[in-house]
Amino acid sequence: MAKPQKKYTGSSVFNTTPDAAQRKKYCRFKKNGIKYIDYKDANFLLKFVNDQGKILPRRLTGTSLKFQRKISQAVKRARHIAVLPFTGDMIK
Amino acid sequence: MATKTTKSTKVESVVLNNYESVIIFTPVLSEEQLKDAVAKYRKIITENGGELIHEENWGLTKLAYPIQKKTTGFYHIYEYKAPASFVSTFELAFRRDERIMRFLSTVLDKHSIQYNVRKRNGEFNQGKNTTKQQEAKK
Repeated sequence: MAKPQKKYTGSSVFNTTPDAAQRKKYCRFKKNGIKYIDYKDANFLLKFVNDQGKILPRRLTGTSLKFQRKISQAVKRARHIAVLPFTGDMIK
Repeated sequence: MATKTTKSTKVESVVLNNYESVIIFTPVLSEEQLKDAVAKYRKIITENGGELIHEENWGLTKLAYPIQKKTTGFYHIYEYKAPASFVSTFELAFRRDERIMRFLSTVLDKHSIQYNVRKRNGEFNQGKNTTKQQEAKK
């Protein structure tokens, strides 16, 4: 009841289907049983950064806190070994 | 008492942990120089009570941003078991080596060990992300 009306729902990379705004977000790691995020896998990590290379917030991706921490660690490692850029325009 | 280095790590006085080191070599190296450098670090691991589990070479790969004004580099990944004190000596060797532009050593937990084993066995065929990953590595 009286949910706070969507302030910032996935108009971005995630859930881009028309009715995405109504659909409930979920943590893809919990759902798919992924336990380790490989920092060497650039294509996978690209899903969690925006066009500028910034890490997307949990409220957009729906990731659980536990895995958001792991993502952030993995993205930062990937940046260090030049697998992901620190910044950029249109990195996707 | 026997100096076994297989499996029974808990019985030994020295506990071996799993680590992974990614090294980026300069692209100016010739193939032979690269081979030498790779062999050198392999030797360092085994000589210091470590145990090499797996190695991976990505070859000449494009960097996401320039490092030391180079836009490419040779990536090499060592996965190994070693006592905890070993990593600092290993990294010291990296810092002294001018052929190395960048390195990163990480501890592997049980999930990442499992992940690496599965990756080596090529079990990631049904996952969407992994097919891309294999393409990227070629």
